[in-house]
Amino acid sequence: MAEILIKNVAKHFGGYTALHDINLTIADQEFMVLLGASGCGKTTLLRIIAGLETASQGEVWIGGRRIDHLAPKDRGIAMVFQNYAVFPHLTVFENIGFGLRMQKRPNAEVTARVEKVAGLLHIEKLLKRYSGELSGGQRQRVAVARALAMEPDVILMDEPLSNLDALLRLEMRAELKGVLAESKTTAIYVTHDQVEAMSLADRISVMHAGRIIQAAAPIEVYRNPAAAFVAGFIGNPPMNFLRAEAQGRGRWSVAGQAFDGPDHAGPLDFAIRPENLHPGESGLAARVRLVEPLGAHLLVTCDVGGAMFRATLDSDLAVKPGDHLTLTPQPDRIRWFDPATTLAVA
Amino acid sequence: MTHAPITPEAALSVRRTGRIVYVTAVVLLCAWVLVPLYFLVINTLSAPATVNSFPKPFFPEFDLGSLRFFAGFGGMLDALKNSIIVASMTMVMAIVIGAPAGYALSRFEFRGKEMFRVLILLTRAFPLPLLALPLAVMFIRTGLDDTTFGLALVHTTLAIPFAVLITYSLFSGIPVELEEAAWTLGCTRFQAFVKVVLPLILPGITASAIFAFVISWNEVFAAAVLTIQSRTLTAFLLQTLGESPMHLKFAGGFILVVPALIFIFAVRKYLFAMWGIANR
Repeated sequence: MAEILIKNVAKHFGGYTALHDINLTIADQEFMVLLGASGCGKTTLLRIIAGLETASQGEVWIGGRRIDHLAPKDRGIAMVFQNYAVFPHLTVFENIGFGLRMQKRPNAEVTARVEKVAGLLHIEKLLKRYSGELSGGQRQRVAVARALAMEPDVILMDEPLSNLDALLRLEMRAELKGVLAESKTTAIYVTHDQVEAMSLADRISVMHAGRIIQAAAPIEVYRNPAAAFVAGFIGNPPMNFLRAEAQGRGRWSVAGQAFDGPDHAGPLDFAIRPENLHPGESGLAARVRLVEPLGAHLLVTCDVGGAMFRATLDSDLAVKPGDHLTLTPQPDRIRWFDPATTLAVA
Repeated sequence: MTHAPITPEAALSVRRTGRIVYVTAVVLLCAWVLVPLYFLVINTLSAPATVNSFPKPFFPEFDLGSLRFFAGFGGMLDALKNSIIVASMTMVMAIVIGAPAGYALSRFEFRGKEMFRVLILLTRAFPLPLLALPLAVMFIRTGLDDTTFGLALVHTTLAIPFAVLITYSLFSGIPVELEEAAWTLGCTRFQAFVKVVLPLILPGITASAIFAFVISWNEVFAAAVLTIQSRTLTAFLLQTLGESPMHLKFAGGFILVVPALIFIFAVRKYLFAMWGIANR
């Protein structure tokens, strides 16, 4: 059992606060992705869990044991680095077996475990090579194999795929998901790539400016963003926003069109994802500004009530710039945010 | 105002002139270094009698008379031995003290780090003659005068700035993630250093040790001031230079220059690395 508990963790660098009072629980065998733009504190949080960075305050627990005062080697973790950090003076075999050798395991066991994880990652033919003789993708595999060979309670990954080219990244992403699910290890994975996060995670923690804005299952983060930041950060293109005027209890006017909404004092922002807009009889009046055919669908940028709106429409639809469209938002996918707090309002 | 159009012929001639200037400069610079070396070698390997003859043959006669005379000269072999002892001690001390400083500079952020780096370089700007008298007095008081260890101490202070700067650039060239990976894989900081950093840095450390050796080997001022009985080769040659015959001077110069040249040539790659960092 390797449940991870992060309690009131904060990190200050001089006068700058990188993490504000982080609280997070990660279940045993869960695949948690920390997602955010660069500088949001996600790597700092990962390094605090690894023991490569000390928290200014707070506690970290793994499997019911408080570990924030321990050296990295005593925490039961293994880490995969962005630049792989494969030791250049050792063969692939000795790289993967490095941790086991440090534990003074017998030769036979080291060989058996190295060969097993090498098999999992399809690098059994490379065991005699040095890091200089490997491609980026192969180095990546060695780094993951080295971490898995430790059979750690927790595996920590810091943007492990970001140095690979696009095609290889896609391939490794799928493979990583399979290998980690099989290993039954709790995993924390840092990335700025939302697609990676969506496809890998059991749960995503969206981070912004040193805070966790929302921690939820990928589809939940996507469908029900807890804050306007999440709505704008996740999804490509991001959610569309329009200011709504109150028309009475639970009635809101958006760009001249009336919608049912929450009962809320003060103004609200109306939000809808581009794929939840469909051309229809009644709805938002839109003037088309730009049409981008993307193959699977059309990305149409238009003007709605003076704001920029994006809609992904059927690729058979004949629209051109200057056309007038009526876009009907799918009622169950409309979300509302309070502009004062930026939080979602139900 | 109009510009005359640049014809291809004109451009070509400009390029050709530039090329001539370049080649001339290279030849002159090489000659500046190589001609004295050539005379040194040819005179050392000539018979003592022909040292003053002119013109010189292009190929030396490989007469070892000068070197044999040099070896037999009273006190010369002792001086050579002292030089080797002092330089070896300097080499060890410069690395033992300099490498940790280089490691700290490359791995840790601390207040006054830039100042520290500048200060290291400034120690080289401080003229040794200014220090010589107080140093001699202090050495006599502590009993370090006229000992190889005392001289090695002085040479170590001269060599440390280079040891620090070279090892700093070497350590900086090793990604910190390699160490961090080792920590997460079960190493203490020290174990990670021994198992990961040291094997990667060993060639560079060797180079910087050799450089420290050469600094001590070539140093003459402190050696001449601080020793009387246990003179190093440079100090000994300086002392006997006035009265010694020509071929002995050449032989002594040869013995001093050649090892230094070979060593520096062997470690040149690492010296370039040091300047690359120091000039930044």
